[in-house]
Amino acid sequence: MSNRRHRVLIAKPGLDGHDRGAKIVARSLRDAGFEVIYAGLRQTPEQIAVAAVQEDVDAVGLSILSGAHNTLLPAVARLLREQGADDILVFAGGIIPAQDIAGLKESGIDEIFLPGTTTHAIVDYLSKKLGHQPSV
Amino acid sequence: MTVQEKPSEAGAATAAADASGRHLSGEVRRGARAARERWEQASRSAAEKSTPWKEDFTSLSGETVSPLVTADQVKSEPLDDIGVPGEFPYTRGIRPNGYRGRLWTMRQFAGFGTAKDTNRRFRYLLDHGQTGLSVAFDLPTLYGYDCDHEMSRGEVGKCGVAVSTLADMEQLFDSIPLAKVSTSMTINSTAPILFAMYLVVAEQQGANWKTEVRGTLQNDILKEYIAQKEFIYPPRPSMRLITDQFAFAAREVPRWNTVSISGYHIREAGSTALQELAFTLRDGIEYVRCGIEAGLDVDEFAPRLSFFFNSHSDFFEEIAKFRAARRVWATVMRDTFGAKDERSWMLRFHTQTAGVSLVAQQPINNVVRTALQALAAVLGGTQSLHTNSLDETYALPTEGSARIALRTQQIIAHESGVINTLDPLGGSYYLEDLTEKMVEGCFEYFRKIDEYGGMIEAIEAGYPQREIVEAAYLAQQAVDSERRLIVGLNAFRNDEEVDIETLYISDEVAEEQLQRLEEARHQRDDGAVTRALDGLRVGAAGEANTMPLILDCVRCYCSIGEISDALRDVFGCYEESAVF
Repeated sequence: MSNRRHRVLIAKPGLDGHDRGAKIVARSLRDAGFEVIYAGLRQTPEQIAVAAVQEDVDAVGLSILSGAHNTLLPAVARLLREQGADDILVFAGGIIPAQDIAGLKESGIDEIFLPGTTTHAIVDYLSKKLGHQPSV
Repeated sequence: MTVQEKPSEAGAATAAADASGRHLSGEVRRGARAARERWEQASRSAAEKSTPWKEDFTSLSGETVSPLVTADQVKSEPLDDIGVPGEFPYTRGIRPNGYRGRLWTMRQFAGFGTAKDTNRRFRYLLDHGQTGLSVAFDLPTLYGYDCDHEMSRGEVGKCGVAVSTLADMEQLFDSIPLAKVSTSMTINSTAPILFAMYLVVAEQQGANWKTEVRGTLQNDILKEYIAQKEFIYPPRPSMRLITDQFAFAAREVPRWNTVSISGYHIREAGSTALQELAFTLRDGIEYVRCGIEAGLDVDEFAPRLSFFFNSHSDFFEEIAKFRAARRVWATVMRDTFGAKDERSWMLRFHTQTAGVSLVAQQPINNVVRTALQALAAVLGGTQSLHTNSLDETYALPTEGSARIALRTQQIIAHESGVINTLDPLGGSYYLEDLTEKMVEGCFEYFRKIDEYGGMIEAIEAGYPQREIVEAAYLAQQAVDSERRLIVGLNAFRNDEEVDIETLYISDEVAEEQLQRLEEARHQRDDGAVTRALDGLRVGAAGEANTMPLILDCVRCYCSIGEISDALRDVFGCYEESAVF
């Protein structure tokens, strides 16, 4: 395991302005010792993929509550693959109906967190996936 | 201009500390205090025998709750502060006959898919006894993008109805008489465009703008920078668009509420009840200030300002918030702004139950949560109400779940009996004390915001945004650590799968909408479109009122993206520096 801190990009794809969840997750990950880059609002899939590669992140967390998940989330995973960055883990959270989850996972979204998820659950998941030693 | 509670008493903190129970006669005050001391002793010895089952009793906002409030602890003056309904400072309500005169308007927020889909839902809700309309627009409409814009990918018709041109608005209100129904539109950055479209449809139907057309625009741009984040232009030109609408509507559409100053989104973003109250009212003060600076008389536009609050799960905290809101607003309008018209003093508000309180697990329980929140809004004296549906942690509501939400209001109105008497909780020692604390806390926040130079400056410095992020984080920690229990989520769980029907919006909506936009573009007079858009650019760059110019654009079927782009050319776009 390298000594470098694991880097995570948190982004809000599309036009959705609901950033409460994204910010709480960003802060919880930072408190757990991850290096967090918050890309902010209104990011296109292209902007997110470029930022992920440029910032050399280990994971990308996407928050979406607008209903555009079936279009925007697979696009991020596809663009990362096209740039040869398919080692970057992509996870997501938001208002996502049950029937959409299987399709999103097939498209390359590793995990989807739904309403009611604790911040511990997200920290645990990412720590396990990235081999990260939580700082708390 | 700073806003103080009672200018003559500013700084008299020591006097305030001794103010508890000052309205009581010496004898009654002493008696109440003696009784409280007896109770305190009894309570201590009871606690020694069996420790309370919980360590701290705090409100949802994290405030410590007093175990008992007695008469000698209440500071509110029964005549000056509490008074009677219909009289300044309206703590007990703005109408002398309360819900006996008229029930609150049951106004369910709805919108999805194309204008045709939403028109069908509107007619369904009206057929089931709903008394006003409330339109939810999709994100491209809210942001001023046409459905073929790159940023609209996947968003068309998803979280509201898609409106690109006047043709969509005509279809949205097809067979709905705009002379009779009042309509609320949740629209902010693009509000003048949708307002213009609505007015043209009303005109086509033969409804009179001056006497018949009634409704509300949300149009609260300040809370967009603070919480909801659906801004386009920087704050100052955005405020100019709003004051243009104040001036236009006061003259042309006098029964229209030009802004609904909203705490709802501030609360959903994670604020406490007090922050919701204080930031919202301080936003309201900023609108009044801008209106006056734009040369309007305060009594010309202030009676058409309305408010929109959240009703969350902490029952008494919410009721106190609503009562405090009326008292603070009346005081500020009369004493700081010198409004003479009583209607300028009266805070009228819409309420929506707290979307963020809905729980995905065991979703039927959400009906109970929503009912309690709705009851708090009614006991707080709301003028209109939206109750959330049980399935909204999954998707937009189905027809069936939207009907249960409406029925919840009807049960409160017609079965619970709470409407029979006005402000039934008025005079409760606990509630009056809580109301008083909300009022004091609100003025304290006003002082902090004044130190920044005003609300726009505070927003530019990120102050309210930071306060909200911090409160949201603490609230999440309380749930994660199980200091706050949520039934079905971190307590009383069932492990069975949730099986409820949800609304599904297909991607065909986007194709249909694109087709409609292309048709409208094909049929219109291109010369007129160019002239109208150029006229708007020139007017916006100068000092003309933009409303008549936007009406010109709308009438010749300019699209929402084209009109917004014309204004982007002149005003530029706003980028926030995000904090987490």
